[in-house]
Amino acid sequence: MTASIATSQTILVVGGGISGMTAALEAAECGKQVILVERNATLGGRTALLYRYFPKMCHPTCGMEINLRRIKANRNVRVMTMTEVLDVKGLRGDYTVKLKLSPRYVNSNCTACGECAKAVDAEIDNPYEYNLAKTRAAYLPHNMAYPMHYVLDPSIIGTQDADKAKAACKYDAIELDMQEEVVEIKAGAIVWATGWKPYDAAKIQPYGYDRFANVITSVEFERLANPHGPTGGKLLRPSDGKEAKNIAFIQCAGSRDENHLRHCSRICCMASLKQTHYVREAYGDSAKSTIYYIDIRVIDRLEDFYLQVQQDPTVGFIKSKVAKIVEDKESNLVLHGVDTEGYHRYATTHDLVVLAVGMEPETNGIKLPDDILLDSSGFIEGSNLPAGIEGIYGAGAASSPLDVNRSVQSATAAALRAIQVVHKTSTVEGVR
Amino acid sequence: MSELNQKAVAKYQNNFLKEVEERVEDGEWVSMCMQCGVCAGSCPLGPHWEHSPQKIFRMIMAGKRDEVLTSDSVWMCTSCYSCIVRCPRKLPITHIMHGIAHYAHRLDVAPKGQPTRELARVFWNNLIKTGRVNELKFSLAVYFKDGFSQGIKNLMSMQGIALGLVKAKRLNPMEIIGGHKCKDVGGIQKMLAKAKEIEDRRQGYSS
Repeated sequence: MTASIATSQTILVVGGGISGMTAALEAAECGKQVILVERNATLGGRTALLYRYFPKMCHPTCGMEINLRRIKANRNVRVMTMTEVLDVKGLRGDYTVKLKLSPRYVNSNCTACGECAKAVDAEIDNPYEYNLAKTRAAYLPHNMAYPMHYVLDPSIIGTQDADKAKAACKYDAIELDMQEEVVEIKAGAIVWATGWKPYDAAKIQPYGYDRFANVITSVEFERLANPHGPTGGKLLRPSDGKEAKNIAFIQCAGSRDENHLRHCSRICCMASLKQTHYVREAYGDSAKSTIYYIDIRVIDRLEDFYLQVQQDPTVGFIKSKVAKIVEDKESNLVLHGVDTEGYHRYATTHDLVVLAVGMEPETNGIKLPDDILLDSSGFIEGSNLPAGIEGIYGAGAASSPLDVNRSVQSATAAALRAIQVVHKTSTVEGVR
Repeated sequence: MSELNQKAVAKYQNNFLKEVEERVEDGEWVSMCMQCGVCAGSCPLGPHWEHSPQKIFRMIMAGKRDEVLTSDSVWMCTSCYSCIVRCPRKLPITHIMHGIAHYAHRLDVAPKGQPTRELARVFWNNLIKTGRVNELKFSLAVYFKDGFSQGIKNLMSMQGIALGLVKAKRLNPMEIIGGHKCKDVGGIQKMLAKAKEIEDRRQGYSS
């Protein structure tokens, strides 16, 4: 073993979603020192914004709580939120990583009492509701936030709102002079778990996501269905707030398309099948869901879920990729296309259209270490370095379009590889 | 059945997909179609044809040779390119539609009297005579393609426009005798014959 000698035993995990949390915990529970960095103000990532999981229809808050308890109980994990990786230098066993810490303007004295939010007047689009709702500019990201601390939006710093928030805080938790910091840390191995983002649906011009209020994305629909979401769990149309009972789900909105994302995003078929449950639960037999698809791609045991949805008389399936959407005077949406089972031309009207948007890797648009090798869609395929001397591993949806279950598997595998790096190199260091 | 058609049938037996892949322009793309139907839904002439592009592709794969080659639908394409722009697999659908129409025409199995086909035929025959399009003769040929009495009717309905064009010096009645031509008519005809020879060889029509 001459390739590298670990000078750092620390494993850096980039991204605090379900994959990053899992990788960090698996490594930490094996006794390794872990630094978990997250760009947002809370851990949990996109998983925490889902209403339910498929196929068991359980709530993500449950798994979140378990993982947060594991983190709180483990001294080996150091969590840094509002932190981004600026630069990675060095090789396996000896990375120097530059981190940028953005100011939260709230310190750890915060008890999440919420007095600052009451004092502040300014409102911002709430990114944790996919901008479907506003929130006060002093806010808690969501109910499962970790750390359970409020955040001040940078837009109110220097205004009266910031002073009001500070005055309202009884715990001396608000520090308006917090500054951005850049720090350097050492790491022996890195797990890159930056996850995914929903494909920008406005780019799919014929579907009119940017023109029609009642065309929404699947991640937005998750928020509508959520009792803690902007509509209190009611499936209300954005245009007029009426109940949407006749809902169309359009599959492959961006995925499997050389003009958009060339890969199959794998989760969207199951996500839409799952979301038909939300519609049925809301309206019973008067619900109507219609799935427009090229082909339904559900794999192995998930097939059972598909078969079960097929039995539901409120759910219809049309084998056709919708060609275009037109809005009528009542803001209903007319879907035009030709089906493949008989080649019938259709023009069907729906209250609400949910685009099952594809997963775009978050790696598109952030600076990556040079070692990382991406595939043609931007997912992490491996390392540019020869096998055996690499020390950065992709995990979860940063490496492939994966559901939560498979992200956790992927993250565990990445953690094991990272552990091997710091373990092997440290053993060598100790012996020779 | 034309000789070319008989030879094609003998050569490819029941493998129409292979025939299309080898002989139709961009035919090798056909098997890439995943039957999503976006082309059919995006086509502005969609409601007017019997076979949508994705149906044509499926018919090719299913070996429905006669139905595809005699289909009126491939002649409906106006080259708006909506299908190519939107196809998730980037199939050059417009080109394939023209390729099938062209191939059916070469085999002489394309629908008789199909207006697009007739217009193209009249245009081509007009053009190759002198190397220049004689618009007067072209118009007359189009008007009289459905018989003498229909031709007279067409003429009467268009006479106002024709007189206007003559007055504006956009139409020369003397074009009816000979008309303008390119400098080397023999040369251009030789060129076209050579091009046909090369194409026939490339497409496998001649040995």
